[in-house]
This record gives sequence, C-alpha cells and structure tokens, in this order.
Amino acid sequence: MKAPDFDYLRPSSLDVALAMLIEHDGEAMPLAGGQSLMPMMNFRVAAPEALIDLADLTELRGITVDTDTVRIGAMTRYAELMSDPTVQAHIPLIGMALPHIAHDAVRNRGTIGGSLALADPAAEMPALMLALDASIEVAGPDGTRMIKADDFFLGMFETALDDELITAIHVPVATPAQRFGFHELTQRHGDYALAGVAIAKTDDSYCAAFFGVADRATRVPELEAALTRQDNIKTVLTHLDQIDFTDDLKANHTTRQRLAGVALTRALKGMTQ
Amino acid sequence: MSRSIDIKLRVNGEDVGATVPARLNLVDFLREELCLTGSHVGCEHGVCGACTLTVDGDTVRGCLMLATQANGKEVTTIEGLADSGQSTALQAAFTKRNALQCGFCTPGMLASALGYVNAGGAADRDAIRQHISGNYCRCTGYQSIVDAICDVIKETRT
Repeated sequence: MKAPDFDYLRPSSLDVALAMLIEHDGEAMPLAGGQSLMPMMNFRVAAPEALIDLADLTELRGITVDTDTVRIGAMTRYAELMSDPTVQAHIPLIGMALPHIAHDAVRNRGTIGGSLALADPAAEMPALMLALDASIEVAGPDGTRMIKADDFFLGMFETALDDELITAIHVPVATPAQRFGFHELTQRHGDYALAGVAIAKTDDSYCAAFFGVADRATRVPELEAALTRQDNIKTVLTHLDQIDFTDDLKANHTTRQRLAGVALTRALKGMTQ
Repeated sequence: MSRSIDIKLRVNGEDVGATVPARLNLVDFLREELCLTGSHVGCEHGVCGACTLTVDGDTVRGCLMLATQANGKEVTTIEGLADSGQSTALQAAFTKRNALQCGFCTPGMLASALGYVNAGGAADRDAIRQHISGNYCRCTGYQSIVDAICDVIKETRT
C-alpha cells in the first residue's frame, strides 16, 4: 500500500525540530532514515499528521571518541558505522552485528538513532545497547539528558522519550578484558530475527541481551548470573523461562524459547578471543 | 508546511524539477511521473528489493524513500545504469547464465549486484548470496544469478 497523506517538515536545526515536535503535540513523527517508519506508514500501522525530517540536522551526525566513550550521532547510518574504523576497533560487538542488520540498500539509509527511537522488539540495535551498557543522549524542551539503555526501552515500540529527540549514543570503549558474542536466527539473512542475542563479558561477568523474543530487547538477570557462575548450559537455559516469549505467525513461544537457547549457545561458542 | 513540495534532482544525468505530494515514494515518482518503469514495485515495505536503485552512488530501496527526500540528489535507475554502460557486463552475464526468467527482480538484482562488484566484492558464492539476500527472485534463479555475478568479478579482475 501507499502511506496516508502527511505534512512534510524539514527543520534546519535541532531547536526548530524540537519546537515542531511540541507544536504538533504527539501527532508528528521524526523521520530519520525511514527504513522502518516508511514500511509502517505504507502498511498504515503508522499515520502521523506530519513527518519532521531530521536530514539537515548536521549536529546529529559524526562519530567521536573520548578517552573511554565513543559518541555516535543519532543520524549516523548503519553503512557509516560499518565503514568507520573507530567503531570497528572500539565497539567490536557492533561490528559483529552490523552485517546481520538488514541489507546493503537499507543500511545505506537506516540510522542508529532511528532504530532506537522506534524500539522494534526484533531489531538488533536496542539489544546491542543493553549488552554494551550504552547511554542515550536526548534533547527536549527542558534541555539535554542521558538515559541508560536499561531504562530506555519500555515496551513494544515504546521508549522513555517524552517530546524528545535522540541526539547521540554513548558507548563505552571496549577494554582488553572484554569479550563479545552475537548470534541471530532468521528466515533469511538480514531479516528480523526470530531470536537473537548479544553478549558482553567483562572479566567473568556476563551481560546477555535477547531480541526478537519478547515485547522488547530483554535481559534476564538470573540467566546472566548463571553464566557468570559458569553453570552447565542446560541450567543456564532453564532461566529462559523468565521471558514472556512472543507468539506470531513465524514462530510460537515454544519454538522461540528453543531458538533463543540455540542462539545463546552459538553466541557463547563464537565469543571473541 | 506543505503536502505538496517542489523538488529538483538529477535523474540518470538529466536535471528534473517537479512538484510532488509529500507521500509520494521515490520509485512511484520515477515510474509514474518520469515514465522510468525499469525500477519495479514489489512489496512496498523494503523486503523484496525489486525497487533497488542508486542515490548519490549508494544503493537504496526506492519504496522506502520519499521523492522529496531525493531533492538535490543524483538518482540512477536501471535505465541510467544500462545507458551509461555501467551494468553492461552484468547484463551480458545474466543473459549468458540464464539468470532471469520473468525478469521482475532483474533491475533491482542488477543494481544490488553492481553495488557488490563496485565495492570490490570477491567472487565468493557465500558472500554474494549474503549480499543479494535482500533481493527476492520468485523464479528461484539464485544459482544462476550467483554464477553471473561471479563471472563478472572474475572477468574484470583477471
């Protein structure tokens, strides 16, 4: 189908964009890369009164490194992340995941900020943010604030954003003591995962964030504790019971739980050395 | 604020100006306003790859970009790739290898394949399959499509 009609706004600065967002009082949606929003509009799942195209906000672009943090502008495209040596060197987990995120033509437009703001439960990026203990920098009418990834995703397509725009993502630089793992199971390479997991291991402590399995990217503290204790994998997998697995046409909750276990087992085997 | 927007862009090397509805997809603009019907419309949600074309040299989904977002950009469709000779070798290889039956996926498949070849992709079947996994061929001609892309890479780099 085609998208329903809307007003197209193209602000030239962040302040103007925020003012537009307030003015439309929840009826406008920001347009980043549009690689998820456009399909939703074409399906008429989303029908905003207005689109606020963030393409001209140069302040939302660019990747910079402080001593221990990489700051990624919200409008950074997946293709830019893939070709950026800083990201590959300092955030290897994102480097591992990127080839699995959609396809070339979509990665050339899709942005990191757009994916996080949409909070699709099957998208990789929210889970990566959880695993990496990232912080999300947002700007609103009252100024700028930082939100921990653990506090950002509130449900299916629901985030902590409140008349705000994501301006950047802050990811800790990987330390030599860290190891990373990633695996997803899809019907076709690049499609949304039926189940997937991103793992960061710091010293002996594990952080594992699942995606495609429930209403949002999900961590299971008991499962992470079991991994940290080096419990038998069968014992570790019993903690998947904590997840409220999704039922849909592609897989029911029983299948999803099994696939989540397979993804976790394979991700652990493929951890960086 | 407007539901109808003036745009100027370059399409296949020619300057084009138009007034378009905000909701008009780039691929619909190219097909219906400019009669460039080489880019096909399949799923309209970015999954099938039939509308794949290039904007400022990057492959994109024509159904997931608004015509107005192409304002000031350089768009190349399969017509432009063919006329400029960029896709000649791939087209010849597709013909030789019988890499198409109905042809619906072919323009998008060629645009994607060209992106892979131009980026220096190797004649590695797994890597090629991964790259073109974003383009559906419902005649299931993948085997011969991979053959054709491999041929071009081998020919141009020997």
